[in-house]
Amino acid sequence: MNGEQIRDGLRKSSLLHIEDVYKRYGSKTILDDIDLSVASGEFVTLVGPSGCGKSTLLRLVIGQEAPCGGSILMEGEPLGPPTPERGVVYQNYSLFPHLTSIENVTLSRRLALQPWQWHSRKKTILEEGMHYLEKVSMADHAQKFPAQLSGGQRQRVAIAQALIQKSRILCMDEPFSALDPGTRESLQMFLLELWEETKMTFFFVTHDLEEAVYLGTRLIALSQYYTDDRNPEAPRGAKIVVDRKFGPSDHAVSPSVKSTAEFASAVQEIRKQAFDPHYLQHVTSFDLSHPMSWVTHNAGEVAGEQPVQPGPGR
Amino acid sequence: MKTPKLFGLHAKPGGWFGFFLASLPFLLLIIVYMIASDARLAINPNDKVLPSFSHMADAIVRMATKPDRRSGDLLLWSDTFASLRRLFIGVGAGALVGLMVGLNTAIFPGLRAMSRSFLTFLSIIPPLTLLPILFIAFGVGETAKVMLIFIGTVFVISRDLHLYVLQLPKEQITKALTLGASDLAVTYRIVLPQIMPRLIETTRLTLGGAWLFLIAAEMISATEGLGYRIGLVRRYLAMDVIIPYVLWITLLGFLLDWLLRLAVARLYPWYRTGKE
Ligand SMILES: Nc1ncnc2c1ncn2[C@@H]1O[C@H](COP(=O)(O)OP(=O)(O)OP(=O)(O)O)[C@@H](O)[C@H]1O
Ligand SMILES: [Mg+2]
Repeated sequence: MNGEQIRDGLRKSSLLHIEDVYKRYGSKTILDDIDLSVASGEFVTLVGPSGCGKSTLLRLVIGQEAPCGGSILMEGEPLGPPTPERGVVYQNYSLFPHLTSIENVTLSRRLALQPWQWHSRKKTILEEGMHYLEKVSMADHAQKFPAQLSGGQRQRVAIAQALIQKSRILCMDEPFSALDPGTRESLQMFLLELWEETKMTFFFVTHDLEEAVYLGTRLIALSQYYTDDRNPEAPRGAKIVVDRKFGPSDHAVSPSVKSTAEFASAVQEIRKQAFDPHYLQHVTSFDLSHPMSWVTHNAGEVAGEQPVQPGPGR
Repeated sequence: MKTPKLFGLHAKPGGWFGFFLASLPFLLLIIVYMIASDARLAINPNDKVLPSFSHMADAIVRMATKPDRRSGDLLLWSDTFASLRRLFIGVGAGALVGLMVGLNTAIFPGLRAMSRSFLTFLSIIPPLTLLPILFIAFGVGETAKVMLIFIGTVFVISRDLHLYVLQLPKEQITKALTLGASDLAVTYRIVLPQIMPRLIETTRLTLGGAWLFLIAAEMISATEGLGYRIGLVRRYLAMDVIIPYVLWITLLGFLLDWLLRLAVARLYPWYRTGKE
């Protein structure tokens, strides 16, 4: 199969399909021709140096902003503004300050009702909300406002709030970055359990490489540190420089893998490939070994290349 | 370490001593007044400028308990009622309209583009300069006075809420949309409840201006009201009525301020938590 056929197949079959996507702010290119297909059930982690455009890509996926070029498809349909099929958890601001935990968690249910329908449905909805709060071990804090919770507790409630709506894909932007290592590890475990149980698709942004390697079944690194055949002075935006498969794709691994030599060497390797400003790989030699990976090259990037390249893993 | 009670950065004046410190400036003011008043009255027992406390007490008790010879009203109460009515209607309408305008122009970019310059323009007009226009347009009745208070408060409130809504994190709106909220639900079910305490606080701060417009309008044209009474008795240099009236207005303002603060704390317990 050639690259174009693979791409056209993925366009229809993948859950999320990002093709030739650019994002510029003013004259500055942030995302430079991003190609990515995500299958249902994947736990995708996205890493990269600070400011490379991870949050920007996530905002494009939720629909908070529109790309300057290219297309983003969700189950074959072009994306519009934010809808419940793409859930989101931010580092901050996921919870509404004027609502208690239980009100925050049940908000999506209540928004689906007219205010006068609330009374008759109240009991079932609150029970469901409590069930989700129990799942994240926050049932004891149901009546507290976000300001009365610790950072870790807030993120638990935020995850429950996003889970209850059963979106097709749940996007998370550094949800654990402000937490202490202990809380962070327990929430990582918790998230993996949830993923195993619900078979949801996660799109998880982090700047912590170890977190990304540990959590993801698929790791994507975005970086502006690379070279191509364009004029060396030309401004470049970030590209996907690593797209790798990690661990089993259907169940979580225990945190003990973090101390293995394989884990350490994978982290080292990706650190060099994506985070080292002096280690510049050519666009044709990126580590895009994930079976779903494919790329197109834009004009001048690669002298005399065929337009679509399947990932070497194929 | 010994914490100092009064001096320095680390002083902790608490308990009775704190209460004493708070009362001190009031006590000083009263004492200075009494000395000055006694001195003037010693020279001229009929002096009207600085009446004695007993004199003022007589005057205010008379205003509060003896029906007026002409109208038969208890003047203090009928004046208070008339003034508060104007104040509440004017400020209430200003708060309501200010809330709606501020909220909607901040949320919907189309409305924002349409209204921004116009609202800025309107808000810069000094309200008192409109008073003659209002009297001509609405006559000397209640409408003109209420309108003045309304105009004096509505722009401050709407601009403040507008800016406040713009400061809410953009993520919140996106988040609400991903939870299934429609545009209107975002506006009225997510953002509106969040800005209610801010509305009350802003209204609280505009009350000072509202009193100013009320008193000014009443002094120029009215038949009753606290400002009208002060303006009226000024002609007879009746400081024994004016001073208690001023104190009474101050007390009313203080009570309103306190009630609104209490309302925010009671109704919106989440508002202050985390900000202190
Ligand atoms: N609205 C905007 N206007 C202009 N520039 C922006 C805007 N949003 C982001 N940028 C720029 O785009 C670049 C990428 O930002 P982004 O927030 O996506 O980075 P990030 O990879 O998430 O970084 P971090 O790890 O620090 O969160 C940054 O250089 C930032 O300055
Ligand atoms: Mg970011």
